[in-house]
Amino acid sequence: MLLSNIEEVPGKRIVEFYGIVTGSTVRAKNVGRDIMAGLKNIVGGELKGYTELLEESRKQAIERMVTQAESVGANAVVNVRFSTSSVAQGAAELFAYGTAVRVD
Amino acid sequence: MDDLSFRLITEFAAPIALVIVAFFTGRFLEHRHFRDLREREAINRGFLTVTFEYEPSDGRVETIGLMMGSVVVSVDHFKRFLAGLRNIVGGRIKAYETILDRGRREAVLRMQAAARDAGCDGVINVRLETSQLANGRANNGTAGVEVLAFGTGVRLPGSANRGTGPAGLTRPAVPAP
Repeated sequence: MLLSNIEEVPGKRIVEFYGIVTGSTVRAKNVGRDIMAGLKNIVGGELKGYTELLEESRKQAIERMVTQAESVGANAVVNVRFSTSSVAQGAAELFAYGTAVRVD
Repeated sequence: MDDLSFRLITEFAAPIALVIVAFFTGRFLEHRHFRDLREREAINRGFLTVTFEYEPSDGRVETIGLMMGSVVVSVDHFKRFLAGLRNIVGGRIKAYETILDRGRREAVLRMQAAARDAGCDGVINVRLETSQLANGRANNGTAGVEVLAFGTGVRLPGSANRGTGPAGLTRPAVPAP
């Protein structure tokens, strides 16, 4: 499955469009990570626990998008976009969407 | 008397000590991070990283896939304190500018590292997204800021890092329907 954030796949030709595919996940931080991040918050800098958490979540959102794209028979997703929104205190939604296409 | 001194310590001395510790540690970590960023940026200088759809005019490119790099950063207690003061009079909050700068540069470097690992010669149409993480504890403001850098990793025909300049630039043709 090829992913690109451009309206096309460079070096390939789009032969069919399948419409929008989406993938999302809502994650809450766990207590252990929260405490560590709270300590790290004192000195500032990177909060590794959160970086990893969001990375995993985003990966899952992409996976879900790719699964949906596969189910409609696409072999690439173009113009992929991300959006993050805090749905509640301490929880975040990670959302990935794009256009499923077939390239040759 | 003992009770009073205990209260003084917990209510004034401890937070002040925390701010002082945060000032020194935060400043040390920030200097180290900026030095690290400069070194890694110097290495990546030749790596094609552009914010538009780039396709060299003299050959076909191969798409490897979506490349991402992300980081969650937060400011230290001292800077948060300074920014709080700054909020009263308004104006430029330098303390927050550096943390966002660090976050963005780190995210781009991580994206470039991911692209190198995947065998790309460059990343095109790079986008940067910043989002604030809400904290579970209501009185503490934000938990941090997440910066995400992403773009399409490509392999250029021929040798790596060829044609990194804007010369020979063409807009890709509109794909046939």
